[in-house]
Amino acid sequence: MTAQILLQTLLSGVLVGLVYALVAIGLTLIFGVMDIVNFAHGEFLMLGMYASFWGYALLRLDPMFTLPFTALALFAVGVAIYRLVIRRIIDAPMLSQIFTTFGLMILLRGLAQYLWKPDFRSVDQTVVAGKVAFGGLQFGLPQVVAALGAIATTGVVWWFLRSTRLGAALEATAADKEAAALMGIDSRKMFALAWGIGAACAGVAGALLSTSYPIFPEVGSTFILVAFVLVALGGFGSVTGAFWAGILVGIVEVVGGFLWDPAYKMVLVLSLYLLVVWLRPQGLLGKA
Amino acid sequence: MSRRAVGRTLAAAAALAALLLPLAVTRPAWQNTAILMLMVAQLGVAWNILGGYAGQVSLGHAAFFGTGAYVSTLLSIKLGISPWLGMAAGAGVAALLAVVVGWPCFRLKGHYFAMATIAVGEIVQAVVNGQERLGGAVGFFLPLAETGFWGFVFNRSKLPYYYIALGLLAATLLASWLVARSHVGYYLRAIKDEPDAARSLGVSLTRYKMYAMALSSAFAAMGGTLYAQKELFIDPGSTLSTSLSIKMALVAILGGVGTLAGPVVGAMLLTAIEEASRIVFGGTGRGTDLVVYGLLIVVIAVYQPAGIMGWVQDRWPARAPRPEPAGEGT
Repeated sequence: MTAQILLQTLLSGVLVGLVYALVAIGLTLIFGVMDIVNFAHGEFLMLGMYASFWGYALLRLDPMFTLPFTALALFAVGVAIYRLVIRRIIDAPMLSQIFTTFGLMILLRGLAQYLWKPDFRSVDQTVVAGKVAFGGLQFGLPQVVAALGAIATTGVVWWFLRSTRLGAALEATAADKEAAALMGIDSRKMFALAWGIGAACAGVAGALLSTSYPIFPEVGSTFILVAFVLVALGGFGSVTGAFWAGILVGIVEVVGGFLWDPAYKMVLVLSLYLLVVWLRPQGLLGKA
Repeated sequence: MSRRAVGRTLAAAAALAALLLPLAVTRPAWQNTAILMLMVAQLGVAWNILGGYAGQVSLGHAAFFGTGAYVSTLLSIKLGISPWLGMAAGAGVAALLAVVVGWPCFRLKGHYFAMATIAVGEIVQAVVNGQERLGGAVGFFLPLAETGFWGFVFNRSKLPYYYIALGLLAATLLASWLVARSHVGYYLRAIKDEPDAARSLGVSLTRYKMYAMALSSAFAAMGGTLYAQKELFIDPGSTLSTSLSIKMALVAILGGVGTLAGPVVGAMLLTAIEEASRIVFGGTGRGTDLVVYGLLIVVIAVYQPAGIMGWVQDRWPARAPRPEPAGEGT
């Protein structure tokens, strides 16, 4: 019985962690390619959730069906933000980079509140409603589908980076901008691509979460903090690092909340983060 | 007149205007805005000691502000100790906390340091939120009774708060000025601009960063005590939130990081914009004020990273070096 509870808790942690990882992968990709921390990343997730919500509310389309369109829309948003704003601060000092993306965060939240009101909204009917049970364990179907979707999306990004010429160009730019440019890779295009893919990942995470999570303008704030932790734990710029860190943090959060007080689960996660960056500033899987 | 003389004349004029302002501005609401400006300016100046001079971008300074607010409030409610003594105690505790936090965090540089300080701020907020003995999420109301100067509660008029805030700002500016022109100030700028060269000349990076952090935190904590006594209510959301931490940094970057007057100018502008956008657009609950606020931050960060002081010094150049456009670079 105890073993079963433990297993149930562990697996719940993994399910949560996989979605966290998907949000963090977009963040770490942007960071790795152009050394900019995107404070507005949680807002991409928020936009993905709203895209799913409006598809459902206005067109009666299931968030799972509109997911590819959400991904495309967020890709466009990411590229547009790069073209309009980020392009101008590539060589700016760190503090102005921080405040540019921080300002974007406030701006996007404000826009969401202005356009769609601060109310909590939710997708009430979806194809993924219900529960799945196996071996005496029980999980919500939305959570299981979200986790599977997160794995699939992470897999696609990983495949793209490893097995396509464009992905290799992106990785080359992340490793050494100048050397990549000498090989004829246009770093500006790679930056735009990183923002597009990064935003699309967060948007897919938003779509996957929209079936089980309330949708409101500030929803990104909880996720961005966890995403920061994953990026730092996994090593800045490391996609696989962020993936494993996501699973670890998901487990720590759920098991910690179960054994201790749920109110302190964030304290646990953040303390783990401080401990790791203190002992290994480059992150768990980061290179020194 | 030389640039320096112009600067001194302007500073003297600003000080005189600040002293006489309550004679001209008698509406309590306006006086309240003026007090708010002074308090935000004081926090920006305190933040600037670490973030501006030493180039260590902290986004967790609300932890120290909140320490000041909570230490003086707890001492006053539980033990009946005057908040003035509480202010000193809060500053001491905050400086201690700064050293404890700084010790591990100063191993990190740039973004990494900034993100670690966010984590510290969030941890402190979450812990206070969960601790019933610290008031939990509900917070504390301070007694409303006016007990004279020593009691630090004034409800007949806002004026005492105005002058206390002005005095605290003056003290923080003085400390910041003394640091900037002392050898510590030179070390701090060396640490910010050329950390490796500074180290090779025998400057202990960690020690001087620690000094800056302790001083900066102590002054932020004093601002926290003033806030608690003025509002007579504190809770984690109002005194420990990351958005407050970011605001402290924001006024400094808006005005000009690493300059003495920058955070003051930034605080006046930011508070004015905030209040104006709240009056014009706010109240509808539709977030128009947020849109304006966010847009402004983006525009300034992108087009004027050296802040208002940087713009001033570009227009009227002097031999003095231009303020750095903030941070230690990427």
